[in-house]
Order: sequence, then structure tokens, then C-alpha cells
Amino acid sequence: MSLPFARSAIASTRAVVSRTGRRGFTSSSSRRSESLFVHRDTDYNNPSIKFEFTPENLKTANEIIARYPPQYKKGACMPLLDLGQRQNKGWTSISVMNEVARLLDMPKMRVYEVATFYTMYNREPVAPNFVQLCTTTPCQLGGCGSTKILETIESHLGIHPGQTTKDGKFTLIEVECLGACSNAPMMQIGDEFYEDLTPETTIKILDTLAKGEKPKPGPQSNRQTSENSAGLTSLTTKPYGPGEFCLPEFQ
Amino acid sequence: MIRSRAIIRSLPSLSSASKASSSSRIAVRSLATVSDPPVRHYGGLKDQDRIFTNLYCKHDHGLKGAQSRGDWHKTKEIILKGDSWIIQTIKDSGLRGRGGAGFPSGLKWSFMNKPGWEKDPRPRYLVVNADEGEPGTCKDREIMRGDPHKLVEGCLVAGRGMNANAAYIYIRGEFYQEASHVQQAIDEAYKAGLIGKNACGSGYDFDVYLHRGAGAYICGEETALIESIEGKQGKPRLKPPFPADVGLFGCPTTVANVETVAVAPTIARRGGAWFNSFGRDRNSGTKVYCISGHVNNPCVVEEEMSIPLQELLEKHCGGIRGGWNNLKGIIPGGCSVPVIPREDCEKVLMDYDSLKDAQTSLGTGAVIVMDQTTDMISAIARFSKFYKHESCGQCTPCREGTTWMMNMMDRMVEGRAQEREIDMLLELTKQVEGHTICALGDAAAWPIQGLMRHFRPEVEARLAAFHAKNGQTLFGGRLLSEADMRYALPDNLGGDAHRNIAQISAS
Repeated sequence: MSLPFARSAIASTRAVVSRTGRRGFTSSSSRRSESLFVHRDTDYNNPSIKFEFTPENLKTANEIIARYPPQYKKGACMPLLDLGQRQNKGWTSISVMNEVARLLDMPKMRVYEVATFYTMYNREPVAPNFVQLCTTTPCQLGGCGSTKILETIESHLGIHPGQTTKDGKFTLIEVECLGACSNAPMMQIGDEFYEDLTPETTIKILDTLAKGEKPKPGPQSNRQTSENSAGLTSLTTKPYGPGEFCLPEFQ
Repeated sequence: MIRSRAIIRSLPSLSSASKASSSSRIAVRSLATVSDPPVRHYGGLKDQDRIFTNLYCKHDHGLKGAQSRGDWHKTKEIILKGDSWIIQTIKDSGLRGRGGAGFPSGLKWSFMNKPGWEKDPRPRYLVVNADEGEPGTCKDREIMRGDPHKLVEGCLVAGRGMNANAAYIYIRGEFYQEASHVQQAIDEAYKAGLIGKNACGSGYDFDVYLHRGAGAYICGEETALIESIEGKQGKPRLKPPFPADVGLFGCPTTVANVETVAVAPTIARRGGAWFNSFGRDRNSGTKVYCISGHVNNPCVVEEEMSIPLQELLEKHCGGIRGGWNNLKGIIPGGCSVPVIPREDCEKVLMDYDSLKDAQTSLGTGAVIVMDQTTDMISAIARFSKFYKHESCGQCTPCREGTTWMMNMMDRMVEGRAQEREIDMLLELTKQVEGHTICALGDAAAWPIQGLMRHFRPEVEARLAAFHAKNGQTLFGGRLLSEADMRYALPDNLGGDAHRNIAQISAS
């Protein structure tokens, strides 16, 4: 391809939505979001592909369902979709949604609604290392800035946000605030947060993952969590024990 | 009228006389009988008064470690004190909701105990909002990682106060480590008999469940959060009915922030008066602040309410990069509150009322610091993109408005806009603000209003620079030079060249 980084998803969306032989009110289809909200059967994602929870996951699923009142079983829809996504290599296929609907006695459409609303359900396959880089303002400002990290990842992996590497090891997306702003810039790979990034540590993390190993999660600087990196300014003394400083009756 | 003037004129001499005499022996009261309250400096919280003693995960977050730090100490006695005692203690403490709105917590919890609530056969729920998604906010995360037992115990104490049967903790899906810490705490507490049937041996039954979200900022809104637990799209509900009447699964529900719930047991044990002794009147207590952006050492720290903003930054974060004079502006409460310039940052105290007076808000206590290198327009434009992405799409003003705002802000970053479009943008924010079911529309509007309130000259300069380079720009970002001059140009395209701001600013 002459344009290696072309956003082909847009073109394919248009091609799918505008049908030939039928005249619409407008000449071009409107795109209401960056992602496609309709399902089109493909060879890797169609209802005839069977999906079933493994016995141990089914057990977990039943534990989750028990957390909700019996007449509101559908409360478990989100946790079960998540469980299904984990079992299905990190993405939620139509079969996963159908299986969840069957388990919870929900109309399928209600599950589709949930799966399309929340951004953590990937409705297209993703690579095993799903890199989510936060680019919201605090991450843009903090540390060396997420823009630099984005450039680093793009040049290192040769992909743009929304794409998967040719070897199928990494998928990169830009996400909104992940809630680790004091440790900016940060990214999430799988379930783990990698914080206090610099271009060097970012490359190190990606290389470690490419080798199939797991880098140390958390801040990549010398601090443990979100304390002051130049030395503690609070909580320097031993924590007080039970009943200390309490009212007489609770001592 | 004339007389009172005379009194006022005579005041300075009188007061100086009284000063002199009071220092000698007897205080002679001047005509101004109200004496100034003693000036108190806030900040400088001691470790012994910090509630979250494991904020940095330096100690064991499990049950043993938590108990050694005083959690679950005589919880049974607190539970046995009963609902009205707990609510009165919270009311005495002056605790206000830590999730952003700052509603008095004792009052909010008391809405659950309306007269005759015992006759209502429905179950009752406490829902803990741990869907921390506001850009800049990372306090609940540290609480849940380091002190998950404070949260679980808080659920029980707050739940007893509002006579709830169960608590759901709604944690955002991205927080995997945090969710596992909280789940571990719940499991340990069940095993030790601290929650569940006959919680802590008090005879009160109380369950705690964890529910993980899946990446929607809007689910931090209380009714959206309820919808989400019910297994639906997180779209806010219209109020009334308020959740205290019809909430989760159609039952009475109260939604409270993690920090609000987690401080409750410590307040109960140490007394409302202790908590109330921190901070100014009506802004009492301690608060976990999270500081991000251009400070030397960004961190999360628990400090006294009403600490001066400048002191907070210099004491705990090593000051602004390049010194205080390098500061451009600060967003004091997460991305939905307006930015304030340096002059205001020197004056404000970090509490609800002081920041409200500065036309901004404490929000979640998330301080985003921006120094002179920051492109303020681009920073705010990024927030507009955030809100465009996170709008749930239920109300038209927000769904369409956030997109418009994002598009206009993106053009402003470049400078590709007509000067009059600044006012159009402001008018647009006013059209979105207050016309939506939830506050996301307002939250999307406020950062832009704050930008234009304090940094409008910067925006205008950006537009002027673009105009000077590319010539007059029409409304919507098209250049006058690109317009088809074979046809008449309608007035409403903003092409009237006598308003060329490039020339105005040059002269």
C-alpha cells in the first residue's frame, strides 16, 4: 500500500454503509462516531461461531450473578461481558454477547446496547498486548508529556492509534483519562498501569513485552506509588494504632 | 445618613485610641463592636490527624495491616449506636461530599430515613462511586489501593447510618489492581465476620458487592451509575424521583464518593468535633488532593481543608517548574472547573467557598498546574475533545454541543476563526449549560468559559496571528481568499473586511 498508515477503517465503514441500488436522502453516509456501531457478519465474527464459557468461568459467572437480586440478573451483564472478553482473547465477539444474553435471559439487543456503549469492550480483535495510552490534558502536561510518548510508540512499533502491528503483537489506541494523573504520562497494557513514562522506559517496556516477558508495572521512576518523588512530605511517622486519638468510648 | 457618615469618619481615630488603651489594661470597645476573628492559618496537617495512613501503599493493605492501623476497631460499638447517632456525628463533623458537588453528607444520608421508612418493604442500598474518571483526579485510586478496608468499613458505617441492606462499590473498569485490592478486602471482611450476616457481631446484616465498570466517564454521574449497575447503558436519569426514593433496582439508594464513605468510621471514632476542627467554617475536614501537571514533584497528599493553594504546591510538590512566576494558570478541581490565572492562585484557599468566590470550584480536589510553556487553548481544547468523547448522547444540547465546541476549539488552537466566533462559542456554551439531564453539559461548558474569562487576550492574539498570515477568515474557518468572488458573499459568513482583527491589533 502506498499509504501505510491510512485509516482504512473509515473507508471501509463508508463502503459498508452506503448500499448500491438504493437511493437515500443524502448522497453520503453520516459517521456519528469514530467506531462502527452496527455489526456486519465477517468470517471471524458472526453468530454461527460457537462461544461457551469454560467450566471455571461459568462458576465465576454464577458467583457474579449471585451478587444481584434474582429478578435483576441482568445487572451481571457488564461483568459477564468482561469475563467473556477475557476468555475470547481480549475482544467481545457477537457470539460472546449472545452467550451472555442467553445466560442472563436478556434480549440480545439489550446486551448489544451495553457492549457498544462502553469503551472497554473491544468489538474487533486486538493483539495480546493492548496498549492504551492516555492523552488527556494532565498526561499531556505531566512529565515529558504524552505527545512525546505517543510519538515514541508510533515510531517504535510503526503503527498509529487504532492499528495493530504486522506481527500481531501490539495494538495501540489513545484513550481518555485513566485516573493516574499524578503519575503522568502513563499507559495501560492489558490490566497493568505503567506510569511516570519517559521515551526510554516506554521502549524498554515494549521491548520486554515483545520478548514475551512481563515488565514491572507501576511507576517506571524510582517511586513506589504517587508519593513526592523528592522525599515524603507527609506520612513520615509510624501510623497510629487502634484506638489512638479516639473518643474515650472507642479507645 | 449624615450622622452615620460622621461616625464612620470618626472611626479611625477611635479605633487607634482603643488599640492603645487595650494594650495597656482595659479594652475600650470602639463603635465597631464586631471584633475580627483571630486569623488562623490552615494547612500543616500532622500525621496523627491524617485519616489515610497507608495512602502510599507502604504498609500491608490486607486485614491484618488495616487492623494494626486502627481499622475495624470497635466497629460493633459504632453500629450499636444506631442510625441517628451516626448521622448526627457526620452532621457535626461538617463533612461535605468529596465527589465534586460538596453537598453536606449528613443531610444527604438522612434523606434515606424519612418518617415511616420502616414500613417500606423494599431493600435499601448504598452505592459507592469509585468510577474515578475526571481528568486530574487520582485520589480514590490511592485510597482503594492502600486503605481498602477503610472503604469497606465505611460502607458498613454509612450503610448503618442510612439503614441500608447492601452496598455496591462501582469501580471503574481500568482500575484492575485497585479492584482486586477492594475485592480482597471484601473477602477478608466476610471471612472475619465483619460484614455479611450479623456484621461485627452487632446483629445488623450488611452485604458489600463490587461492580466493575467498563470505561465510561458518564457513569460517575449518580443516576448513570445506577443504570450501569442495573446492566444498562450508563445514561443519566431525569430527577426527580431522586435516588433516595427510587434508585438502584427501584429501591431507595444513596450514592456517595469513595473518600466520603471511607472517612466515616474514623470520624465516628474520633468524633465530629475533631473533624470539624480542620478547615474553615462550612469547609471542614481533611481532604486528599491530587496534584498533576507542571509541578516539580506531582503527588497525592492528604491535607487540611482550606490550605492556601500556593502553600499546597510549594510544601508538597516542590513548587512550580521554573518557580512561581513561571505559573500560567491552575485548574483547581479537575477538568470540569474553570481555570484561574496566577493572581487568583496566590489568593485562593483550597476549599469549596474560597474557590467558588474565585468563580471556579473545588470539584474533586484535582489540581492541574500549567506553567508558561503551556498552550492554554490547546489544553482546554483537549478537554472539549474529552467531553465530546464521553457525552452519552442522550440529550441533544450536550451530544451536538460538545461536538461543536470541540470543532470550534480545535480551530481556535490554530487560530482559524473569526474574532466574533469567540462570543459565538461562549453563547454556545451557555446554550448547553443547564439544558441537559446531568451535569456533563455544564462540565463541558465551564472550562471554555474559564478560558475566555481569563485568557481571552491570548485567544485573540492567536486569531490575529493567523489572520495576519492567511488573511481574513470567515465563520466556520474558511478563508476569505478561498471564497468564490464571482458571487456575492452573504453577510452572515463573517467576511466583512472592516472587522479585520489583524489590522486592529497591529495598530
